Amino acid sequence: MIKSRSQRIGDGVVVFFCLLLILICLLPLVNILVRSLSSPEALIKNKVWLWPVGLNLTAYTAVLSDSRYTWSLLWTAMMTVLGTVISLIMTSLCAYPLIYPNLKGKRVINAFIILTMYFSAGTIPTYLLIKDLGLLNNPLVLVLPYCLSVFNMIIMRSFFYGIPDSLRESAEIDGAGPIRVLVGIYLPLSTPVIATLALFYAVGRWNGYSDALMFISSKFRQYWPIQLLLYQIMNSSQGIDATQMESAPGLADTIKAATVMFATIPILCVYPWLQKYFISGVTLGAEKG
Amino acid sequence: MNTAVRAPVVRAKPKAAKGITTYLRRYWTLYLLLALPLAYFAIFKYTPIANILIAFKQYNMTKSVWRMQWAKNNGWEFFIKAFSNRDFLYALRNTIMLNMLDLVVGFPAPILLALLLNELPFKNFKRVTQTVAYMPHFLSWIIISQLALQLFAPTNGLVNMALRNLGFGTIPFLNDSAHWVWTYVFLGIWQSVGWNTIIYLAAITGINPELYEAASVDGAGRFRKIFHVTLPGLKPTIVVLLILSLGRILGSDFDRPYALTNKIVNDVSNVISTFVYTSGIKSMQFSLATAVGLFQSVICVIFLLGANTIAERLGERGLM
Repeated sequence: MIKSRSQRIGDGVVVFFCLLLILICLLPLVNILVRSLSSPEALIKNKVWLWPVGLNLTAYTAVLSDSRYTWSLLWTAMMTVLGTVISLIMTSLCAYPLIYPNLKGKRVINAFIILTMYFSAGTIPTYLLIKDLGLLNNPLVLVLPYCLSVFNMIIMRSFFYGIPDSLRESAEIDGAGPIRVLVGIYLPLSTPVIATLALFYAVGRWNGYSDALMFISSKFRQYWPIQLLLYQIMNSSQGIDATQMESAPGLADTIKAATVMFATIPILCVYPWLQKYFISGVTLGAEKG
Repeated sequence: MNTAVRAPVVRAKPKAAKGITTYLRRYWTLYLLLALPLAYFAIFKYTPIANILIAFKQYNMTKSVWRMQWAKNNGWEFFIKAFSNRDFLYALRNTIMLNMLDLVVGFPAPILLALLLNELPFKNFKRVTQTVAYMPHFLSWIIISQLALQLFAPTNGLVNMALRNLGFGTIPFLNDSAHWVWTYVFLGIWQSVGWNTIIYLAAITGINPELYEAASVDGAGRFRKIFHVTLPGLKPTIVVLLILSLGRILGSDFDRPYALTNKIVNDVSNVISTFVYTSGIKSMQFSLATAVGLFQSVICVIFLLGANTIAERLGERGLM
């Protein structure tokens, strides 16, 4: 189909706005990358624009040689993996039985689960519970209290609904119990939804900090995820900028920039590959939720 | 007579019992699988509900919730205290103000972006644009706060350097209350606009293509198709998401305001969630903070139900 002149102008305008959008999305990240690679002196002298000035890796080596950062990155990675695995197990355990049409008590169980989406006890009642359970300052607090999201469970359940019942029924005739069917048929067929939910859970843990802020005091700093450590370093140097700047002008900023890169790159490397999956995941959740 | 009535009962009883035993023998593992998730909800979501009572009681660390003494004024002491607390009133005002701005400025943004992306004729370019637009959603608010601090830094930040070179003065994006509010709203849109298009784009693909063809035959141009086909097709989705946003008008996210705030702008950045954190967990005024949290969740539920009723009156499907 040959497009008319006005249509081509329209397309041009659309492309222009999309390019503008891409620019606005990427600019803050490009800016931080450039600053992390620049020399502190150039940064102080307002010479750094969109290309590194005095290119060097000092900030990155400074971060990598600071055990607080390296430990925190490693610790957060470990908690992310552990949390994601636990969350995926819990989500499948919850979603799978609910697809059985003749499950007795299904309505009650469903209501019991869905109600928690609409009403939550609140920050302080939850805090006091965590305290009573002895989970304050305990590393498990990063994994257990939010390990199962009803929204994600609904996404997985709708995916399970899409798997034909006949597969399950014929396996049952062959004598397979529900667990065999789950492990042998449903989970292997569900890699797209598992990948999506793994991404959601992993990003949630890697990016989360409020639970650690509330439940882990600064005496147990070794259990802090990277985001909370970053927050604390950011804010402690904000107040005393003047004195820090004299000893190492600009270095504080380049180091913060390098830390941001370390905390961001893992996610940026993963999410584009899962795009197809998470789009269908979000759409499924929106339709059924 | 008697035997005639009794007979079927006697016969039916073992049958039903047999039914339930075979059922359980076959499916008991389903309940076994459900045990862990249900225990999770019971422990982490339902037990803390009892702790809400603390809002009406004098908090006492040594006693259980049930045994604590009732608060003064028939238990309403801490609600009265909250509403005479200047910090809470500020937090309440700020919560409503920031959420209203998010709603008015932020709600239409993904709709416009979805319409824009839908008009994009090049498939690969569209995919790249989408990938880039989804990216901010995957960044934490701590990271975004750091990106903003460095981008908007008053002396050596890129934006202010550019503004000065263009002859404008330095703008205190994050260090002045009025500017901070707009930076907060803008960063919220930046983080979520791309992600929120997903639902709208999915709804657009669900629109019958024949409608577009018919519109073309009638000589409708780009804008006419948007107004007469795409937007009407999006209406149900827009209504549902609007209800959800209205329900959240008094809700508050913690991560975003807490990460973006600083001492200078506390008067506009302190919201209910941050107030609950500082007054409750940091200053240990558990009863006051619980009362505030309860007030917030009750109002939220009322708003959600109200918005849902209005939508149903207007002839839309609603949520529930």
